[in-house]
Amino acid sequence: MAGSTLEIKDLHVSIEDTEILKGVNLTIKGGEFHAVMGPNGTGKSTLASAIMGHPQYEITKGSILLDGEDVLEMEVDERARAGLFLAMQYPSEISGVTTSEFLRSAINAHRGEGNEIQLMEFIKELDQALDDLNIDKNMAQRYLNEGFSGGEKKRNEILQLLMLQPAIAILDEIDSGLDIDALKIVSKAINSQRKDSFGCLIITHYQRLLNYITPDYVHVMMQGRIVKSGGPELAERLEAEGYEWIKEELGIEDVTVGQEA
Amino acid sequence: MTVVTKFPYDKDYIEKFSTERNEPDWMKNLRLEAYQQAEVLDLPKPDKTNINRWNFTNFKHGAEGEAFSSIDDLPKELAEHFDLDNVPENLIIQRNQTVAYATMSEELKEKGVIFTDILTACKEHSDLVEKYFMKDAVKVDEHRLTALHAALLNGGVFVYVPKNVQIKEPIQTVFWQEDPESALFNHVLVVADENSELTYVENYLSNNEDEETVSNIVTEVIALDNAKVSFGAVDNFAPGTTSYINRRGVAYNYATIDWALGQMNEGNTVSENVTDLVGNHATTNLRTVTVGRGKQVQNFTAITHHIGLHTDGIISQRGVMKGQTTSIFNAIGKIEKGASKANAEQESRILMLSGDARGDANPILLIDEDDVTAGHAASVGRIDEMQIFYLMSRGITRKDAERLIIHGFLEPVVAELPIEAVKQQLQHLIERKID
Repeated sequence: MAGSTLEIKDLHVSIEDTEILKGVNLTIKGGEFHAVMGPNGTGKSTLASAIMGHPQYEITKGSILLDGEDVLEMEVDERARAGLFLAMQYPSEISGVTTSEFLRSAINAHRGEGNEIQLMEFIKELDQALDDLNIDKNMAQRYLNEGFSGGEKKRNEILQLLMLQPAIAILDEIDSGLDIDALKIVSKAINSQRKDSFGCLIITHYQRLLNYITPDYVHVMMQGRIVKSGGPELAERLEAEGYEWIKEELGIEDVTVGQEA
Repeated sequence: MTVVTKFPYDKDYIEKFSTERNEPDWMKNLRLEAYQQAEVLDLPKPDKTNINRWNFTNFKHGAEGEAFSSIDDLPKELAEHFDLDNVPENLIIQRNQTVAYATMSEELKEKGVIFTDILTACKEHSDLVEKYFMKDAVKVDEHRLTALHAALLNGGVFVYVPKNVQIKEPIQTVFWQEDPESALFNHVLVVADENSELTYVENYLSNNEDEETVSNIVTEVIALDNAKVSFGAVDNFAPGTTSYINRRGVAYNYATIDWALGQMNEGNTVSENVTDLVGNHATTNLRTVTVGRGKQVQNFTAITHHIGLHTDGIISQRGVMKGQTTSIFNAIGKIEKGASKANAEQESRILMLSGDARGDANPILLIDEDDVTAGHAASVGRIDEMQIFYLMSRGITRKDAERLIIHGFLEPVVAELPIEAVKQQLQHLIERKID
């Protein structure tokens, strides 16, 4: 199956009247892994949240298309069912709803009424995904993210990715809060998804994650725009030399945008 | 000057009602005295809810109901509350004021367990009922509604578990107010003798959308030394019924009374749950869930009353409020002087689904002793938009996301209901009410 294409064109996004994204252009196709890097406060997470439809962000200009369909016209749940997935930096805790119950609801929402997943099939898939991520089986019966450590939350996000099989996944700072062993496990699981029908946008401000997941394209964000793009070698140079050379090259003094931390 | 309140039923009616049923003298006298008191006593004053204009006088008192020849003949209103392939072994169904169906296992009969309607019990187990009826738990003269209750009592059951008898199978009752205008003055008296154990579950239901009537319910649970009572209830009166519900337990030494209450009435409701921890090491754990909708006004008061040494009382109340409902949750831990080593914990949480709903959670600790522990938590909040965003970002619709969050909010209490069938029934009710 050929992959999907996510096209972001001249995207401007504001939060409470402060413009955070000032014209982002980016195209992600199935089979491609993109990394968006940049110092803190340059708009990376805003990009991730805006694509998914976070209620606090207002799109003031530009477009997002998924296989030609206008994503900005879709509700958040419609975006997900169309194939988008966001592994969140700070996933919510949902008390009283077990991870397993939630996953089943999400899978069934994708499959539609009358085509619900059989319980045995679900358990089998869940067990496999839990094993792949080296997650204790008990986690499925715990309330969603409630009392989870930072690392457990991140693994749970990837668990959801494995179970929902999105066309385009956005991973927002998925490496933060993970120790090196967990990082390796999570990276392995993400790499296992590499196929023509899966595209991935990895947002990180550390090069560290990219030692385990090799991106096809690397983009650097500053001041709410993508200011430089390249291949994996760009990430390596950033690790070796930091961001200063890009700032000098482009004559940027303050990389941040708006009031975002 | 004493204000005398007029009721639709007078002394002669009560005397006749009692005589026709061949009640023992003590009961008849208790009713008549109670009636006199009802005329002069005030209505109860639940904290932060004014009930003075509520309907407590417009109702019909007498209504009989047809018996069911078999459990298979249950009308659909009732049948949906049962797993008909798995009918409880110990069950009484009361239709209006008639026992329409009653069954009890041979095993329980042999062990001396009493499970019968309250009016029959007054006659056949007169001494035992008289010993506990509105004595240690709820008093006749607490206020106008308790007095009216005693005067007009027209239904209910008596459960007695003898010493050292532990019942595994639950005892269940269904009180069905089938006649839309008929009032239910229902009394449940559960006595667990020393070192006994039982699970009791009751259902109240009615269908009166428009017709106005009253339910006035008093439940008394007496747990003698080392007895253990697990009490579950699902209240589901229709919008036309104004309810006063008073469930009160008295726990003696090392006794436990646990409550799991689904308070799902659709009409105005005052519901009070009190456990007197009289004995040393007595414990109680109260869990309640409520879903309010429409324009109903509700007041819930839960009290753990610590009198003995080393008592432990826990209250967890959760409510979901829709529409234009108003709900007050009062949780009170009252520790008397001398009740050292008591522990009183309480948590009341309200989730508001509508901007027009009002809710108030009032944590109250009244402590007269130094050597105790106590804690409280209360919150009134709305659904978190970030939670909704998170769930929707996985493809779940807004409606289903809200439903998941509401279920999750109520789950810690629902999960503790003592009987699977009742738990499912409550889940079904919650589903219907939040849809």
